[in-house]
Amino acid sequence: MSKAHNSDSSIDKPLFGFWVYLMTDLMLFSALFASFIVLRNNTFGGPGGKEIFDMPYVLVQTAALLVSSFTAGLGILSARAGNKKLVYRFFTITFALGLLFIGMEISEFDKLVSEGNSWRESGFLSAFFTLVGTHGLHITSGLLWMAILIWRTSKEGLTKTNVKRLTLMSYFWHFLDIVWIFIFTIVYLFGAAGL
Amino acid sequence: MNFWGKLNLEAFQHPKLVMGAVVGMTLTLAFVVTFLTYKKKWGWLWREWLTSLDPKKIGVMYIIVSLLMLFRGVFDAALLKFQQAISIGNNNGILTSDSFQQVFSAHGTIMIFFVAMGLMFGLINLIVPLQIGARDVAFPFLNSLSFWLFVAGMVLVNTSLAVGEFAAAGWLAYPPLSELAYSPGVGVDYWIWTLQISGLGSLLSGINFFVTIIKMRAPGMSLTKMPIFCWSVLGSMVMVLAAFPVLTATLAMLALDRTLGMHFFTSDFGGNPMMYINLIWAWGHPEVYILVLPAFGIFSEIVSTFSKKKIFSYMSMVWALMAITVLSMIVWLHHFFTMGAGANVNAFFGIMTMVIAIPTGVKVFNWLFTMYRGNINFASPMYWFMGFIATFTVGGVAGVLMAVPAIDFQVHNSLFLVAHFHNMIIGGVVFGYFAGMTYWFPKIFGFRLHEGLGKLAANLWIYGFFVTFIPIYILGIMGATRRLDHYDASLGWQSLFIVSGVGLMIILAGALVQVIQYVYSIKNRAKYIDKTGDPWGGRTLEWSTPSPVPVYNFAVVPDVSERDQFWADKQNKTIKSVEYEPIELPKNSSLGLIIAGFALAFGFGFVWHMWWLVIVGLLGAIIAFIVRSLDTQTEYKISVEQIKKLEKLSTPA
Repeated sequence: MSKAHNSDSSIDKPLFGFWVYLMTDLMLFSALFASFIVLRNNTFGGPGGKEIFDMPYVLVQTAALLVSSFTAGLGILSARAGNKKLVYRFFTITFALGLLFIGMEISEFDKLVSEGNSWRESGFLSAFFTLVGTHGLHITSGLLWMAILIWRTSKEGLTKTNVKRLTLMSYFWHFLDIVWIFIFTIVYLFGAAGL
Repeated sequence: MNFWGKLNLEAFQHPKLVMGAVVGMTLTLAFVVTFLTYKKKWGWLWREWLTSLDPKKIGVMYIIVSLLMLFRGVFDAALLKFQQAISIGNNNGILTSDSFQQVFSAHGTIMIFFVAMGLMFGLINLIVPLQIGARDVAFPFLNSLSFWLFVAGMVLVNTSLAVGEFAAAGWLAYPPLSELAYSPGVGVDYWIWTLQISGLGSLLSGINFFVTIIKMRAPGMSLTKMPIFCWSVLGSMVMVLAAFPVLTATLAMLALDRTLGMHFFTSDFGGNPMMYINLIWAWGHPEVYILVLPAFGIFSEIVSTFSKKKIFSYMSMVWALMAITVLSMIVWLHHFFTMGAGANVNAFFGIMTMVIAIPTGVKVFNWLFTMYRGNINFASPMYWFMGFIATFTVGGVAGVLMAVPAIDFQVHNSLFLVAHFHNMIIGGVVFGYFAGMTYWFPKIFGFRLHEGLGKLAANLWIYGFFVTFIPIYILGIMGATRRLDHYDASLGWQSLFIVSGVGLMIILAGALVQVIQYVYSIKNRAKYIDKTGDPWGGRTLEWSTPSPVPVYNFAVVPDVSERDQFWADKQNKTIKSVEYEPIELPKNSSLGLIIAGFALAFGFGFVWHMWWLVIVGLLGAIIAFIVRSLDTQTEYKISVEQIKKLEKLSTPA
């Protein structure tokens, strides 16, 4: 690189750009949240949140995701320390927990549909499946990204770029965790409490 | 599952008029392909243009595509005007109601997404890196991907002409009309996926230019030393970041309603159509400011250059731009005061809408004060500017009028509204981008455009605009609703519609003069060549480079200490030290084009329910993206010797 040709090159562009992307993703989720809040009582005579949510089940899901965020953090700390073995261990745990989360979500969706409560039944159910499903799609792409990065790290080692990539991916993961906390509160807790 | 999905031979059968357009389009395409093959230009086109990551080339490609789409959009407008001028009493005109609806939906969609947005991103690509003293944008590959997604959307919207049909639900496809129950065809699906694909491109561009402006300014260029155009782009990109994700979400929900039978916006099963209208305008209102802010920036540059003065009250200009950026997000409800949200809600949004007029007025006065006691050179960009000031002010006043909910109830959905927004978009956005194209043309190509023809074109557009749209205002007050394809003779509207049609002819003459201007200037470019790199006596950094700009923009990254740095350098006759260093630039990549191709397949598959194609498109795009991320050799180096050689070529003797 030639000598400081940019005004603020102290913070690098991909990192800043990724933050900006996360903020746009937040806007996407806020549109979905707003729609869910508008439609949450439009059950069209069908079941509402109180009838269909299995809270202990969702709590397990939530715990899995929160713990996975913690292990992702530990993974990044190990990456910075240059401990490749620990990076593998922590990100494998993160990946497994993410997989557990998404598997539980799919099975929850499957159960709802088989009980006759699919997205076709009411505005509430449409909004529910879309908001939660969009988060699930994000988690799935996060898992794909994580798998590629674990594979790359095993091939190329903990190079500077790979550590940076892992950092960005962990931001994504934490971001999805925060979105989930809102989903857990607004969709599940308020729904189950009939608020 | 059917291999062809919903696609069958019926999709290729059209009324005569549409068939004619399809044949015309196919012949043009065939001609271009044959010409390129005959001239053996494919390799050149591929290497020099299609796969290039140079923002200057991407910018030129954006503008070319947008001008082609402008041709289509104007053609649609001519059809609509002709229909309205003759379809009275027993005469049903040349279009059926259904065709008429498709044409106005296509006209709006194409003009906003593929003309205005394309010209905007084209000019931003060309000028922003140059004005901030950067060699490139923050993410060159993403930039190419954005452009190709824009092209993919453009291809999809034009495919609808030949295969199937386009939406007949207006440019914003309000439900429940746009729901499956009332629009069972593929038209609305075409509309959704066109916007979804090109909208993703716009969002990525938003991120790209936001980061470029924040992170890549030349040393010493603090934010308040940036040219106003860059400030306007910054504001516009902030709105893109806030608004476009909402568009993505809204379109996705409509698509889910239509494809999976969900009930977001249906009128039964607990759906809420008004929610769509709120969401779409939460994007749509910022969108019009996204388009007009850069035009404000362009005019600020032009008025200051041609008045030989720095812009009047720089800080209030910046303040006004930022105020508009924020306010644009809290006025969306004025598009549907008639929803019945109640007096207090309507009052809030009405007042906020009026408040926007204040920063806009500040800008108008700043431009006028910049001219005051200036040494004004009335070159052709200034003609566009003066047309803009008059036109835009008229439109703005009409806008403030409609911000009063009680008045809005009277003119809601009438042609008065149609006249208002054409007033803002033609008078503000289109004039602005035409002015910018004339102003920066010599920078990009190294020769000027013919001035006389440029002035004539500007005059024809300005007068043509008023002849076209003043009758539309009047018709609106007389009670003519928008999207009207037939009316009763006793209403006495025909003469005004005919006057409006004549106005469009004047605009078309203006457009024709522009075509002649470009062809003539390109043919006689030897006569208009500009060797100085600074044909207008410019003030900002882009004029300090040779024209056409070398691939690396600046051989030596400029040091900035003034607002109009280049002007100051010229005044102080600063001699810059020339000490070259090797420059790293991004290599070409075809993956942006390939990903966009898969996105197009994805969209087309969704429209026709060809699920295998959807999967191919999605997987293909993901794999191509991963392939790109695995490529570590994405840059090449230009050595000091090469820079010296290139600089010698372009420096005036």
